[in-house]
Amino acid sequence: MSRNMPLLARYAEGLFWMARYMERVENIARLVDVTQTFESPGHEAESWYALIRINADETFFSEARMQPDPEAVKHFYLLNRDNATSVPASIEAARTNARALRPLISTEMWMHLNVFHRDLMTIGEEDLQGDRLSRLCARIKEGVQTHTGITDGTFFRDQGWFFYQLGRLIERADQTTRLLDIRYHLLVPASSEERRVTELTQWGGVLRAAAGYHAFRRVAPVAFSAEDVVGFLLTDTAFPRSVLLCVEQLDWHLTQLRSRYGLRGTVPALERIEEVRSALLGQPVSRLIAGGLHEFLDAVQRDLNLLAQDIGTAFFRDWRPLAKPAPGSAPPDGTVAAARSPDLDPATSSVQTQVSARVG
Amino acid sequence: MAGPDVDPFAGYRPDPFFCELTTQRPGDAGAPALIRGRIGMIGLDALRARAAAAENDLINLGITFTVYSQASAIDRILPFDCIPRILTAGEWRTLEAGVKQRVAALNLFLHDIYHDRKIVRDGAVPAELIFGNANYRPEMEGFPVRFGTYVHICGIDIVRDQKGRFCVLEDNARTPSGVSYVIENRHLMLRAFPDLMAGMRLKPVDDYGRRLREAMTEIAPEGVDDPQVVLLSPGIYNSAYFEHVFLSREMGVPLVEGADLTVENDRVYMRTTAGLRAVHTIYRRIGDDFLDPTVFRPDSMLGVPGLIAAWRRGNVTLANAVGTGVADDKAVYAYMPRIIRYYLAEDPILPNVETHICREADALAYTLENLDKLVVKPVGESGGYGITIGPRASAAELEVARASLLADPANWISQPVVSLSVAPTLTELGIRPRHLDLRPFAVTGRDTWVLPGGLSRVALKEGSLVVNSSQGGGSKDTWVLAEE
Repeated sequence: MSRNMPLLARYAEGLFWMARYMERVENIARLVDVTQTFESPGHEAESWYALIRINADETFFSEARMQPDPEAVKHFYLLNRDNATSVPASIEAARTNARALRPLISTEMWMHLNVFHRDLMTIGEEDLQGDRLSRLCARIKEGVQTHTGITDGTFFRDQGWFFYQLGRLIERADQTTRLLDIRYHLLVPASSEERRVTELTQWGGVLRAAAGYHAFRRVAPVAFSAEDVVGFLLTDTAFPRSVLLCVEQLDWHLTQLRSRYGLRGTVPALERIEEVRSALLGQPVSRLIAGGLHEFLDAVQRDLNLLAQDIGTAFFRDWRPLAKPAPGSAPPDGTVAAARSPDLDPATSSVQTQVSARVG
Repeated sequence: MAGPDVDPFAGYRPDPFFCELTTQRPGDAGAPALIRGRIGMIGLDALRARAAAAENDLINLGITFTVYSQASAIDRILPFDCIPRILTAGEWRTLEAGVKQRVAALNLFLHDIYHDRKIVRDGAVPAELIFGNANYRPEMEGFPVRFGTYVHICGIDIVRDQKGRFCVLEDNARTPSGVSYVIENRHLMLRAFPDLMAGMRLKPVDDYGRRLREAMTEIAPEGVDDPQVVLLSPGIYNSAYFEHVFLSREMGVPLVEGADLTVENDRVYMRTTAGLRAVHTIYRRIGDDFLDPTVFRPDSMLGVPGLIAAWRRGNVTLANAVGTGVADDKAVYAYMPRIIRYYLAEDPILPNVETHICREADALAYTLENLDKLVVKPVGESGGYGITIGPRASAAELEVARASLLADPANWISQPVVSLSVAPTLTELGIRPRHLDLRPFAVTGRDTWVLPGGLSRVALKEGSLVVNSSQGGGSKDTWVLAEE
């Protein structure tokens, strides 16, 4: 049997985006969950607004004339269908892609996504209240994990599977940097002992949201520091959500596409991966933090975005630069600045409702 | 509430219509009585609960068609009735032979009118009926198609009258749909009603994808060893998108949209991750008008610029061929019995519904005399436009019809009102008779193969004769009993 079946460029693109959107749904739930954990009495608004900042959603949020209070932020990410970075918008986009992919994906993948989509469309204000919020986040995470498991167990592993993995890994790496960044935006008390305890609690929360707390406890020194946490989330290749593991897996998947399927267009993407890898490993974490963690994470997000572009221009049918940068605002290196799907005409393609570049 | 001890068929009165389950037929192998008994064992309440669960499965599986209104798109299922329709082996032999005969005649007819036009010269079919037809495509004149097959996929709508006689109501020779439901309905029955089906020896329906793929391979341009077949769909927003998905999966070929294809040097390619790959056969599920904006409708976003040129150069095959719409036209339908005799020198195995061609003086006189008993249809229109149903029309409406007939007799045909057969159907009132039709599907490459059974569409409203899904129609699993 021929293993070298051609893959429609549109399918490759759809798989890439379906995977990204599903991964994003899970990570929104993780971010909301961790924010809830960080909510400190008297500072609720700041805690929740950090979510807006790490997603680079300030402009859209204020344009929508929403007050930066906790309820508005929760609503913005869990219920607002006009917000392209919300759970409902992401699951909608994932399902639209899945629909176009029905000839290719397994029936079980489609059926689960179809039912999960319908389930998420029934979320209401009441699900955001009190203890229900945390349960809602668990429900969303579990839904995506079910999707991941069904995909792992039923999706035929030819070319398409590799493109699916590329989308998923880029999104996961991106989301881990955002999860890490949330810590940067939080307030810490001035007194040193209080500060130490608060920081400890906050780092614990970040690790828990990334499902890495217990593993971290096992491998980290008893009296751990910020460096340990940052190093773990960025570079520990045993941790499933670490940026470096995602990057290594991206490398492997791209190499497979090249060697098994002869896709020569992988070169720019592979070179880009080399850059991200050296950025992650090129300096000790302490120096990286001293140089400004937030700026570093921004740069990683930008690189991941360029990586997605490299893949898109090489293999996808309808790929085009995500949005026209406002005159004068384009960074000198040609990076595409914070693009959002409302800038795109959703009618032009059945597949793309892209929201990839959200460089803070 | 009816308990299992009450016969669910207690209130069932199919008279005066032919009933597909309870009317005695030779060769039924006791199947109808067995089914009736088994339904009685299950009981009405359990039947309802299981039917509802089965319909929910269809929603979850996305076995749906999309209905568009102003701003919203709603995914609807084709309502499924769980009481199967049974055809005996003998009935099926007749239907199968009749469908094959009809497909053969349609293909011979199309070949003739796009080549020598003998049938016109011999006066068997009026010239203006063909050459004045909007679906006649001059692009097809003199163009060769492999095996003389124009209609590769054909759906023929068949009804059964009061005496149980099968008649053809309509030929669908363009892009007939519904075959996916035939197969999905069977799967649904097997999942939800294994106890109804246990031990039944039925002809299988699972072979359709393989047969279709085989035919698409056969008709590929000569000299291509391992042709690349694709299914061309208008995309995810088309109401029949599920069927397109289903067929591409069953055939194991890519489902493409117009923008996935491109034409270079009169050859068709699809855009893949590894660049352009040649395409040899296109099973297209878009109409002639939308195929190629450089030839047909320039505003078509669904088609592929240059496709017709590539096809005329013989570099790609289209299924169905362009220009088949002239053969399934209502006016041509009326001539089908003559067309069959003309090309095959055989009597039609499946008669038409009796049709009076009003361009002929006798037929016109008969129609005018019996206007209140007949259905009068304009030949050029489609979608039920302009039809007068005599028994249900007012005196004023009949006068309008009379005036129209006299003004332009050639534009009209008339038919008696057919008393469609009924089948027991689960309704809110219990099991009740509902009218139904049958659409068998024929696949033709070198030869013709007919999928056993076909789509049984049932009008769920009491007394209604309209089986269309857009107007409250549902469907049933269609069982063809295996040969003894």
